[in-house]
Amino acid sequence: MSAEIENPVLEIHDLTVTYSKKPVLWDVDMTIPKGSLAGIIGPNGAGKSTLIKSIMGLVPIASGYIKIFDKDLKEVRKNVSYVPQRGSVDWDFPASVVDVVMMGRYGHLGFFNYPKKADKEVALDALRKVGMDAYKNRQISELSGGQQQRVFLARAIAQQADIYFMDEPFAGVDAATERAIISLLKELADKGKTIVVVHHDLQTAPNYFDWMVLLNTRLVAHGPTQEVFNDENLKETYGGKLTLLSEISKLLENKRFPAREAK
Amino acid sequence: MNAFLIILTGSLVAITCGLLGCFLILRKMAMIGDAISHSVLPGIVIAYLVAGSRDSTLMLIAAAITGVFTTFIIEFLNKHGRLQSDASIGVTFTWLFAIGVILISAYAGQVDLDQDCVLYGEIAYVPLDSWITGSGINLGPRALYIIGFVLLLVIFFIVIGYKELFLTTFDPAFASAIGISVTLWHYLLMTMVSITTVASFELVGAILVIAFLIAPAATAYLLTDKFKTMLFLTVIIGVITSFSGYYLAEWINGSISGAMSVISGLLFALAFLFSPKEGIVVKRVKYGFKTN
Repeated sequence: MSAEIENPVLEIHDLTVTYSKKPVLWDVDMTIPKGSLAGIIGPNGAGKSTLIKSIMGLVPIASGYIKIFDKDLKEVRKNVSYVPQRGSVDWDFPASVVDVVMMGRYGHLGFFNYPKKADKEVALDALRKVGMDAYKNRQISELSGGQQQRVFLARAIAQQADIYFMDEPFAGVDAATERAIISLLKELADKGKTIVVVHHDLQTAPNYFDWMVLLNTRLVAHGPTQEVFNDENLKETYGGKLTLLSEISKLLENKRFPAREAK
Repeated sequence: MNAFLIILTGSLVAITCGLLGCFLILRKMAMIGDAISHSVLPGIVIAYLVAGSRDSTLMLIAAAITGVFTTFIIEFLNKHGRLQSDASIGVTFTWLFAIGVILISAYAGQVDLDQDCVLYGEIAYVPLDSWITGSGINLGPRALYIIGFVLLLVIFFIVIGYKELFLTTFDPAFASAIGISVTLWHYLLMTMVSITTVASFELVGAILVIAFLIAPAATAYLLTDKFKTMLFLTVIIGVITSFSGYYLAEWINGSISGAMSVISGLLFALAFLFSPKEGIVVKRVKYGFKTN
């Protein structure tokens, strides 16, 4: 069950990604329309983060292609914003809040250019939007989980992009931060920006997103939330049994490296 | 005059190593300096055997190439061999160092290139090896020029690449998402570490190079949580280490390199105990004995 749309801002065709011969994403075909707030939903190990990482060119793809605004990522990098998982960096790093948000401007600066006054304004404005302007000179080691996530979001906003990819922005944040983030994302979507969010909480998902991608290694369904978020699709996404494909590859993997833990 | 020259040389080595060390410890790659300072040996020996001279520029280039080659093998074993990074470092540099030792003992036994001078160096000889021009003017110790040049190179590298180094160190995934090559900056940094290591260990020996690469930066890390302050503090700590190390050596009439290493360890211990933020004594006084 798939929706075909005209002029998508994100188009993925036949995408397959493997980690040491084991498929993490298998033959994913999907599109996302402009201005949508899209959720990528699926169980642990479904390849949700890998999907975002392959869009951002961070993992090698085995086959298929990805087009953003009908172009390769390389040509539209300045228009694409990325929020990695909060746990992917060392928060004891000696940097201040504004240092981190300023990184969102680096892509626009180019080599050997230091941030200018205008860049600083953009960074401070982004901090205001996430309600963290009072913390701009704090060291990042002093922040709570929710505040760390807001800083990451501010950095993405400082990129002033048209499409945002966010990896688990609601993981481990307090309720107030979750509300603040979702209302900000809705505001961005209303302005015509496209937002793609990896999310694992089924309870909140239908309220947050107007477009959904249900994923479990293979694409189960994608389309407007009211059309695809139903029992049948969810059962297929989360269903008790592993798909035959991942079962076979797991067997192969175990046989080849019997003493090793699968990553 | 000799005391001044030795302290100056020691300080320049400490500053050069320390600045790079700040990036290394934040990248959790502190031991890469250890690896490079040993594994460049075969490169130097081969360069010497091929060229037949101990020309410093040639040595630097050969060492830089070997150093980058070392980090390349470490990366390769880590990524494609799925070996842990510390294990890859251990396997790589011991093997390369051993090749260097064999080459020296087999082909270069009679010449002035022995394992002692490589491992321990001798900073006390710095003032003896002067650069004298054709017309006989004494321009001061040759070593000073070499390490001075390398220091300028490192400062230039950090100034032009500050954003890229800062970002690829803090968040490599975000860096490559916005089009900054993490691999390129990794290898550029490793080239700098290789050049610095080789220029320094001829002067002060491999052990002090490793101490200077890690200890001042680690001490500064405990004292501040601002990166620029950390770089600045590292420079100051390096100079203090070199200065007090020299006088400690004079007092006990012992090895200068050894004394400097000891001082760098002492300063780290002081920061560990009394740092206003992280020091365990300060924490105990502030929060009582219940908390860690």
